[in-house]
Amino acid sequence: MTIIVPGKRRYLLCAGLIVLAACSSSNSDRTVLQNKGSDTLVNVAQAWAENYSRVKTDVAVVVSGGGSGTGIAALINGKVDIANASREMKPEEHESMKKNGLIAAVQHTVARDAIVVFVHKDNPAAQLSVQQLACVYGEGGKCSTWTDLGIEVPGCAKQEIIRISRQSNSGTYVFFRETVLGKTGDFKLGSRDMQGSKDVVDLVTHTPCAIGYSGMGYANEKLKSVCVSANDGGACVTPNAETAASGVYPIARGLYMYTIGEAEGAAKDYLDWILSPAGQAIVTQSGFIPVN
Amino acid sequence: MTARQDVNPQQATSPPDDDRKARAGSALERVIEFAIKASGFSAILFVFAIFFFVFSTASEFIFEKMDFVEFLTSPEWYPTSLSNKRYGTLALLAGTVSVTGLAMIIAVPLGLGSALFISEFTSGSVKEGLKITIELLAAIPSVVWGFIGLAVMNPLIIEVFDAPIGLNVLNGGIILGLMSVPIIVSIGEDALKAVPDSFREASLALGATRWQTARKVLFPAARSGLLAAVLLGVGRAIGETMAVLMATGHAVQIPSSPLDSVRTLTATIAAELGETAAGSDHYQALFAVGVLLFLLTFGVNLAADLIVRGRSAR
Repeated sequence: MTIIVPGKRRYLLCAGLIVLAACSSSNSDRTVLQNKGSDTLVNVAQAWAENYSRVKTDVAVVVSGGGSGTGIAALINGKVDIANASREMKPEEHESMKKNGLIAAVQHTVARDAIVVFVHKDNPAAQLSVQQLACVYGEGGKCSTWTDLGIEVPGCAKQEIIRISRQSNSGTYVFFRETVLGKTGDFKLGSRDMQGSKDVVDLVTHTPCAIGYSGMGYANEKLKSVCVSANDGGACVTPNAETAASGVYPIARGLYMYTIGEAEGAAKDYLDWILSPAGQAIVTQSGFIPVN
Repeated sequence: MTARQDVNPQQATSPPDDDRKARAGSALERVIEFAIKASGFSAILFVFAIFFFVFSTASEFIFEKMDFVEFLTSPEWYPTSLSNKRYGTLALLAGTVSVTGLAMIIAVPLGLGSALFISEFTSGSVKEGLKITIELLAAIPSVVWGFIGLAVMNPLIIEVFDAPIGLNVLNGGIILGLMSVPIIVSIGEDALKAVPDSFREASLALGATRWQTARKVLFPAARSGLLAAVLLGVGRAIGETMAVLMATGHAVQIPSSPLDSVRTLTATIAAELGETAAGSDHYQALFAVGVLLFLLTFGVNLAADLIVRGRSAR
């Protein structure tokens, strides 16, 4: 698209070619940052890109998902400037960077994610440990009634634990499986698998026997957020922005962006903006926890 | 076919002044004939194309990766497990069968009773009004039914049965039953209407009451048509997706009571396919589930068809 079209005609041509996305590429002084990776981060990354295009009109950030592994692989192959990941880079990924003759990747923590465990507000459960959650949710776990956990829930017939989970394509589902059930763990069959976090919250609000989980953004006062301890009998941590940001809360993780070496130029400006109050406000809006 | 063969020789022997007009007419007729024939055969083409697409996408999984015994007899559906992927569809099959079964327990008496009433016990404006209303029932979109399951039936079932959760087999069965009723009514009514009046007159002349006539004469005479109506209702219930996705609670387990949540074959495909990488094992496994579903509905429809055929041959 290097045809030179004078004056106003260009806008007409642009309007005609907009489907082909030819306009942005004909604008040669515009810097394009390629950004790819985690599906957990893809919505917030898109929101960042959109807002940043208003702050800096000469930089376009192109965002795509595909998963953390896909993003990191693209970074190693030099296809993207910034990779998004909802986990830390693995040693073998660092190795293959070295093999490709690249300098070490630098990790930028851009947001944090925490899972809150909910029960009905009449449920007297004061705290649960990660082991207890694994016993309730995990394949092979023997906890099927609230009595097994030493809890008696008023209004719950037979004290049966109604497990509310998410569908297997959900990032929250995968994160919960990794952190609570372990790297090789699986969910016990028979949980009610909801389409969205909002459905989980609604169902737990109306079901005395229920237990559910979701991202922190969905917590409200109509249900009870459980205080979680990392070990049986250990001190429990209430989920909130501070405990999640500091990493004390056991079911929390960092969300990262990776660059090859220290970020420079447009990429550095973009990352600085993401960590600024304006960028971090978008993190809060998207239901994640800001880092600054 | 015989009527058309009669027309052509007539046109060929028509007087010369009408000849051109007739030839143009027969050319147009041939085009129309072809168009009608093509649209008739297109259904076959579409069915085979769809089956071919579903089966070819699933074939690599079915023939190379799938363990047939596990696929059909294991309830363990773990398509996204990191350590141990398992593709057992028994629980999903049990979900589909239990919800459809309950739906038929509700829909068959309601549908056949309604068909009998409309066909034999009412006439004039009441009959027309009922028929139109039942057709309207068929026009309600399935997502609206699902919404009723979620918003109306769920709290009602919790209240009435003291169940921990109202999204279960019972909820899905009631919703699907109501969705199948219009099909059973309209086809069942046609079957009853097709019974010659002489049967009714003879029965009444022998002193039978109207109920005795219906039970002992009309139902046996229209038996195969009524069975076809029921089987088409079953086909509708098995294939339904959106309403059961919303009303059954979406839990992979073999139900032990109507108050247990289940997940159906259709709901699994609908919920998981959108987020699955194309070409992956999980993707192909969902198509294999599609093949299973296809065979299931194909079997039901074939049975319905053979029964109808049996009736017309008699």
